[in-house]
Amino acid sequence: MNYRSSVDIITEWDIVAARQLGRNEAKKAGFGTVDQARITTAISELARNIYLYAGKGRIEIERVTDDGMFGIKIVASDDGPGIQDLRKVMEDGYTTSGGLGAGMPGVKRLMDEFKVISEPGKGTTITATKWLH
Amino acid sequence: MMTRIPILKLNDVLIVSIQWELDDQTAIQFQEDLLNKMHETSALGVVIDLTPIDFIDSFIAKVLGDVINMTGLMGAKVVITGIQPAVAITLIELGIRLNNVMTALDLENGLDKLYKELEA
Repeated sequence: MNYRSSVDIITEWDIVAARQLGRNEAKKAGFGTVDQARITTAISELARNIYLYAGKGRIEIERVTDDGMFGIKIVASDDGPGIQDLRKVMEDGYTTSGGLGAGMPGVKRLMDEFKVISEPGKGTTITATKWLH
Repeated sequence: MMTRIPILKLNDVLIVSIQWELDDQTAIQFQEDLLNKMHETSALGVVIDLTPIDFIDSFIAKVLGDVINMTGLMGAKVVITGIQPAVAITLIELGIRLNNVMTALDLENGLDKLYKELEA
């Protein structure tokens, strides 16, 4: 079963739409209230990063299975400027927006798996997965 | 579609119950509305109840933190009430600290705390 749905991030309102979709999916998948909040918050941060740094992009939410485990995968992708210094953005407290977002380390802590692929000038794809324990 | 958060006055205190998920515009409008209402009513304290809220992201946290600091500049005290377990956990994991903020479990305790603080 590879269910997938997505929200294009173009305006601030799409951030709200993306996290509502995420929360509904997390609830349907059987996550408890704390994990629902983690997933919703992670989506909100990733969608806001797209809106702030790339202008537009997309949030995809996918149900995934691996070795009997069941989870939700968030894919945040954009064709924006990319991340210049990947190591720096993974440091707590690093910001180029004056502290509007909590940053990537926060999102990483909320989720179980976190992967960034970014190429300067071409865009960024962030994949974050939460497993149902 | 802009929704506005109602701000109620009870003696010297303003009471706000945030009942639904905040979008960016509503949060910023609330900031302005609350400061204006304080100015109009000369309120000494504010209770912001977040009981129905099931998640807070870094943007909403920043707006709330700013509201608290701005309210302080205007000489009033703020108590935040009703933060749910899931919200407390995700805020800390996200790396967000709301420093120097009075908090209470619910509106009743929050009002008690605020009145004690105002009498002190």
